[in-house]
Amino acid sequence: MEEKKGEVVLFGTWASTFCTRVELALKLKGIPYEYVEEDLTKKSELFLSLNPVHKKVPVLVHNGKSIAESLIILEYIEECWNTTPKLLPEDPYQRAKVRFWTNYYDQKIMARLLPIIVSRGEEREKAIKEFNELLKAFEEGINKDFPEEFPFFERKTLGYLDIVVGTTLCNYEAFHEVVAVVFSPEKNPVIMGWVKALKNHPLMKEMLPPHDKLVDKMREKYLGQYP
Amino acid sequence: MESSSLISDPVEFRMGEVKVIGASLSLFCCRIEWALKLKGVEYEYIEENLRNKSPILLQYNPVHKKIPVLVHNGKPVAESLVILEYIDETWQENPLLPKDPLEKSTARFWARFVDEKCILSAWAACRAQEHEKEKAVESAQESLGIIDKLIEGKKFFGGETIGFLDLVVGSLPNWLKFLEELGGIKLVDAEKFPSFHEWSKKFVEIPIIKEKIPMPEDLINYFTTSGLAKTIHGSALANNK
Repeated sequence: MEEKKGEVVLFGTWASTFCTRVELALKLKGIPYEYVEEDLTKKSELFLSLNPVHKKVPVLVHNGKSIAESLIILEYIEECWNTTPKLLPEDPYQRAKVRFWTNYYDQKIMARLLPIIVSRGEEREKAIKEFNELLKAFEEGINKDFPEEFPFFERKTLGYLDIVVGTTLCNYEAFHEVVAVVFSPEKNPVIMGWVKALKNHPLMKEMLPPHDKLVDKMREKYLGQYP
Repeated sequence: MESSSLISDPVEFRMGEVKVIGASLSLFCCRIEWALKLKGVEYEYIEENLRNKSPILLQYNPVHKKIPVLVHNGKPVAESLVILEYIDETWQENPLLPKDPLEKSTARFWARFVDEKCILSAWAACRAQEHEKEKAVESAQESLGIIDKLIEGKKFFGGETIGFLDLVVGSLPNWLKFLEELGGIKLVDAEKFPSFHEWSKKFVEIPIIKEKIPMPEDLINYFTTSGLAKTIHGSALANNK
C-alpha cells in the first residue's frame, strides 16, 4: 500500500551499489519515485547544490529537501514512510546490532575492495586474504548476534543488512571476472549461502544491474579499459 | 574507583543496569557519559587502561576491542554513534535527536562528517610529514570551516539546548588544541572560525559537560608520558622530552 507523502526524486548512477540500496528500499516500501541518472563526469549544477559537501550519489530529494549518504537515506525512508516491510528491527538493542554490523561492513569490508583492485601479485594476494578474514569475522559476528535470523534465507523480505550487503556482494561474479576471485563457498560458506539466497529474491533480481553491463563498467572504471 | 577490583569479580560486573567502559581522555567516550547524564540515567563508569586492555573490554567488544562500550543489563553496545542512538531510543527523556526525520538525518549526516572528516583530517595534519603538513592543515581547516558555517547564528547545534550533534562535536575544540601542540600546527583560531569558537565557549560551561571533558593539558601529558608523542613526526612535544 503506497503512502503518497510528497514528491520523491532519487539522483543516482546505475552502477553505484549505494544507489541500488536506496532504490531497493523505495521499491520494497512501495514508494513512488522519480529516478535521475547523474553523469558523474559532468555533475549538474542542480546535483551539486543538493549535495555540496560530498558531491556524491545517491541523493534523495523529498519535497525539495535533500538527504545524502545511503545509510542515512535508508533510515530516513524507514522513519518517513511507516509502511511495511520494516527495514530495521523495532527493539533498540537489535537495531544497535544491525547498525554496528552495517558500519563494520561498510567501513571495514567495503574499504578492502580498493586495495585489491589497485594491487597486483603478492600484494593482491595479501589484500584478498585480509578481505576474507574480515568477511569471516563478519560472518561469525552476525551468526552470534542474530542467532534466530541469520542466515536470512527463511525470511521472504529484505531487511537493512540484506540491502546493504546484497547490493555489493551479489555482484561478485562481475568483480571476479574483472578483478580477481575474492569470494568462494570454501572460504566463506555462510555468507555465500546468504548472497545466493539474496540473488534469488525477485526484487534484488530486478534491481541489480545486468552482469555484462556491469562487467564493462568495472573494466572501464578499474582497468581504464573501454568496450 | 579502581577498575581492577571490578574486573576480578565477573558476577558483580554482570549485576547492575548500566555500565560504561571508557577512557576519560577519549573524544568518543565523553559523548556517552554526557548523554546518560542528560537523561538522568544512573550508570557505573569503568576506566579502561588502553595500554593494557582488560578481559571485560575484550569480552564486550571482541570485534574492535575499543572503547566506549555501553553495557545495559549485560548486553553490550559498541561505537559511540550507535550507542548514542541506542541511548536515545531506550531512555526517552530529553531527546538528543530531533523528532523530524529530515532534521534527524541532517544531524546524523553531520555527525558522520565530524567523525570521518574533521577528526581524521585533524589527526592527519598532526601526523603529516613536513612537506605534506601545509596541505594536510588546509584540508583539516576546510572541514572545520564547514562546521563553523553550520553553527553560525545558532546557540547550539541542537538549537536552544544541546543535542546529539553538540555531544558529537563535544570535546573536539580541546582535542584540536592538543593536536596543535602535538603536531606543531595551527588548526583553529577565534578569527578564522568565530562561530565554532563561540559555541565551544558556551558548550564547556554547561555543568554536565564541565564536570567531565578531556582537557588539552591532560591529553598532552598522557601522550608525552606514554611515549606516544614520539610516534608523531616532527612533534614538538616528542623533541622536548
